[in-house]
Amino acid sequence: MGIRERLSGNEAVAYAMKQINPDVMGAYPITPSTEIPQYFSSYVDNGEVDTEFIPVESEHSAMSTCIGAEAAGCRAISATSSCGLIYMAEMLYVAASDRLPITLAVSCRALSGPININNDHSDAMSVRDAGWLMLFAETNQEAYDNYLQAMRIGEAVGLPIMICQDGFITSHAIENIELVETEKVREFVGEYKPEGGLLKAPMAVGAYATPAFYMEAKRQQAQAMMDAKEVIKKVGAEFGAMTGRTYGLIEKYEMDDAEEAIVIIGSSAGTAKEAIKELRAQGRKVGMIKVRSFRPFPSEEIVEALKGVKAFAVMDKDDSFNGHCGPMYAEVAASLYAAGVSGPKGISYIYGLGGRDVRVESIQHVFADLKEIAETGNIGETYRYLDVRE
Amino acid sequence: MKDIVEIRWHGRGGQGAKTASLLLADAAFNTGKYVQGFPEYGPERMGAPITAYNRISSERSTVHSNIYEPDYVVVVDETLLSAVDVTAGLKKEGAIVINSSKSPAELRPLLKGYEGKVCTIDAGKISEEELGKNFPNTPMLAAIVKVSGVVEENDFIEDMKASFQHKFASKPQVIEGNMRALKRSMEEVQVG
Repeated sequence: MGIRERLSGNEAVAYAMKQINPDVMGAYPITPSTEIPQYFSSYVDNGEVDTEFIPVESEHSAMSTCIGAEAAGCRAISATSSCGLIYMAEMLYVAASDRLPITLAVSCRALSGPININNDHSDAMSVRDAGWLMLFAETNQEAYDNYLQAMRIGEAVGLPIMICQDGFITSHAIENIELVETEKVREFVGEYKPEGGLLKAPMAVGAYATPAFYMEAKRQQAQAMMDAKEVIKKVGAEFGAMTGRTYGLIEKYEMDDAEEAIVIIGSSAGTAKEAIKELRAQGRKVGMIKVRSFRPFPSEEIVEALKGVKAFAVMDKDDSFNGHCGPMYAEVAASLYAAGVSGPKGISYIYGLGGRDVRVESIQHVFADLKEIAETGNIGETYRYLDVRE
Repeated sequence: MKDIVEIRWHGRGGQGAKTASLLLADAAFNTGKYVQGFPEYGPERMGAPITAYNRISSERSTVHSNIYEPDYVVVVDETLLSAVDVTAGLKKEGAIVINSSKSPAELRPLLKGYEGKVCTIDAGKISEEELGKNFPNTPMLAAIVKVSGVVEENDFIEDMKASFQHKFASKPQVIEGNMRALKRSMEEVQVG
């Protein structure tokens, strides 16, 4: 049995960092992730960890610090949000292509403008092609659990990993949580024993790649991302054996006989569960797929779960501004097409931007749309905005 | 107690409504409940109206939205009654608890026809007398516990005592003052 506690999502992630005791943290504060390095720096100050804490002048430098430390053979971590994440963008690509398994906690927040501090996924989604593994959490518990699994996953495939949660909604909300004893955490995470590392032997990091080599390097990155799927499942199962909380690439909720379904990421999945409970009580066959791993993208799993439904909506807390759909919708639709599945009718819903509150009624509204589509076979507009004044 | 109790706090930036909601979450957590305590974040500044929320339940609530139909509302600053629709969505089986020297009968006309219980507590006065400063948090917390029954009274008092002893280990007079403020508030809250 774990330790019964109540913590905010930011506190939970900082606590996971303390239990792991990594070698280096490079950090620059930005709302709403500021508390993570803030709590962690107090652990450093109190001597509860022996991490080298490196406060820097920007997020770009925070990620550069992590790259240097990880290349030396250390475990390096950081935390950020919003504009901080995209200010890191250049170095995110470098970390991934250098195959450095850095761990980055992201408390997701809208991007400017209009300037806004509240939650959506436009920060994380804007760096989705940087080559990082990306896990998303519904609750503070999942943010904590994902963090404890992060290094095992990233280090196994040689890719950096983002542990994302919803800014304020979980990062600043106190909720019950079950913590894992620190000895068990350390045994589970294990020691980092990289094959190489600048501290061991001279080597080139971030070397120039001519056209003769660049593409091979990228192909290897792509392979690592594909290989990560099995690793995420294996580590999630091992974590389950230890805690009773097993994790995979997706979580299916009431999908067995579902005729209408939504695909969603993050804290609103919990709100959707309540909406589905209420609709099920009225006899509706509705369900949800929660995407935990966005990178790698669980194409096969989503196709398998969706292929039997009549209608579905993919919920994006971000817009691609491509004039026709959100980013996750594009990937779900591509997955279905590639698998030759054309039966289910799917719409793209943009929701919850800049902290627009997502209510049980919001999700029920989406299911009302899906019911109409399922009954009439008429899909109508496929690109929709939820709870918005027009 | 119902399976889930939802509470909305109204205060002004700097008055500690957020802290009070987190303290209530703590007290409920310590008596074995599932809790959520969260403020509504924005560009806060001293004196601006702020809102905070609690969900307290026997099973984990998975909902991550604000609360629109609360069982209880706590108003930490009486001047908000004319600025914010504090009873919006408030269930009539529930209650509103207001920090005020006035009686429930005097304040009811300001509450847009709210039909449920109206409770008042002079948290400012209690705080001034017992702590020497206007910290309305502790008395307001005690009043909502008394009115809602969301935590057993004795459990609450024991839990708060332990919490104050931990927080003010070097200042025993502060512990006593807070405990008196707590108990007085539970006795003096007027239910109308």
